[in-house]
Amino acid sequence: MNYVFNWTVIEKNIGAMIEALGFGLLMAVVAIAAGSVIGLLLAFLAVSKSKAAKRAVQLFVTIFRNTPILILVFIAYFGLPTIGITLSKVPSFVVTLALYSSAYMEEVFRAGLEAIPKGIIEAGQAIGLTRWTIRVTIELPIMFKKVLPSMGNYLISLFKDTSIASSITVGELTYLSKCLTTQTFRVFEIWLTTGALYVVACYLIAFILRRIEKRFV
Amino acid sequence: MSEALLKFENVSKSYGDFNVFTDISLEVHEKEVVSIIGSSGSGKTTLLRCINLLEPFQAGKIILDGQEIGYHEVNGKRKRVSEKEIAKQRAMTGMVFQQFNLFPHMTAKKNVMLGLTHTKKMPVAEAEKLAEKWLSAVGLQDKMDNLPGQLSGGQQQRVAIARAVAMSPKILLFDEATSALDPELVGEVLNVIRNLAKEGATMILVTHEMRFAYEVSDKVIFMDSGKIAAMGTPKEIFEERPTERLREFLATFNTGKAE
Repeated sequence: MNYVFNWTVIEKNIGAMIEALGFGLLMAVVAIAAGSVIGLLLAFLAVSKSKAAKRAVQLFVTIFRNTPILILVFIAYFGLPTIGITLSKVPSFVVTLALYSSAYMEEVFRAGLEAIPKGIIEAGQAIGLTRWTIRVTIELPIMFKKVLPSMGNYLISLFKDTSIASSITVGELTYLSKCLTTQTFRVFEIWLTTGALYVVACYLIAFILRRIEKRFV
Repeated sequence: MSEALLKFENVSKSYGDFNVFTDISLEVHEKEVVSIIGSSGSGKTTLLRCINLLEPFQAGKIILDGQEIGYHEVNGKRKRVSEKEIAKQRAMTGMVFQQFNLFPHMTAKKNVMLGLTHTKKMPVAEAEKLAEKWLSAVGLQDKMDNLPGQLSGGQQQRVAIARAVAMSPKILLFDEATSALDPELVGEVLNVIRNLAKEGATMILVTHEMRFAYEVSDKVIFMDSGKIAAMGTPKEIFEERPTERLREFLATFNTGKAE
């Protein structure tokens, strides 16, 4: 081992790196929030009586869950413009991650909805509640409690997927680090720091999620 | 006798080829307590669930308080009424389930309030008062802020009864309300039902508690393979035992005959 560490590049750029991490987090929050809303709508379609709706949701989930996120990002950013759909890189990535996460969230929410005993919903019907009221006041709160732990796992995993945005030069942490390595060649220092920053961020997310879980469960 | 509060006119229910019950006609008058007995699979629970419109039925009419419920005729064809209408009609009946089915994420008080604030559109303060009144009536004044998971089975079922009664339904339906309870908790729930009967509530009980049915009912219906096999006063059903099938059925309960 005769590698001599030199952390000057980190000292100079740590502020920008943290900022870039924050940008990734922001993209993740927006994408996952949108993905959760879409996922929830899909989950309600999946547990509905309509067979066509069920099949459509299944097809959507199969496609988006089984294609690597990198490929989806390429299709959205490089492929879609050829048929006239052009989005700049940040919106393109956020939309892709939102759809990708919605496929995972749909599965989580659907499992949560299916785990609610039928009798509890019947009890809601028996006191004359409408379908919508039952959904909002009974199904959603019970389901969220059930799925909170597995939702947390996906949130962390999806946040890490923002590093994929570097492949279409979105200015988040991984892309910044890539640029810094080509400028300074301090490969090890930069990627170690980058990795550490992701770990700290994910740890903090997990910590906050656990607090939320404790409050609700 | 006055017009019946609840009337079945030739009601039939089937799942595919399987007939759950066929051509049932019966009447329940105001303030009457009717018990339905019979072995499992005889169709008694399904019959109760039809009154609450939790089960569709294929033929006949159920008339509650002078109004046909669940179905209407459109151009001569029998059609189920809209979801909204069904929700309204359901609120006319109160249902108590075997498995209690409390909302697990709400306190006892909130369980009772939900239907009041959302179905009856009652102001929250008023709903809260009413919930407190009914929870006290079933002896749970100390448990109002507990979640269902913190209550015993008997207490949970009493919350469920308060939830049903608070809606001031025209008729109360009990679906084997004590079958899921530990034996020592059955009494407290039966006491609540007994008090409701005394106060003049109209009730239909699907039950295996023969002694209780004998004591509290005005009319007992014995169902056997989807038919009303016998119907009469508790005395006629439990003491005179008019049919062979009824005698066989009651023989399986050693408490069947009132001492």
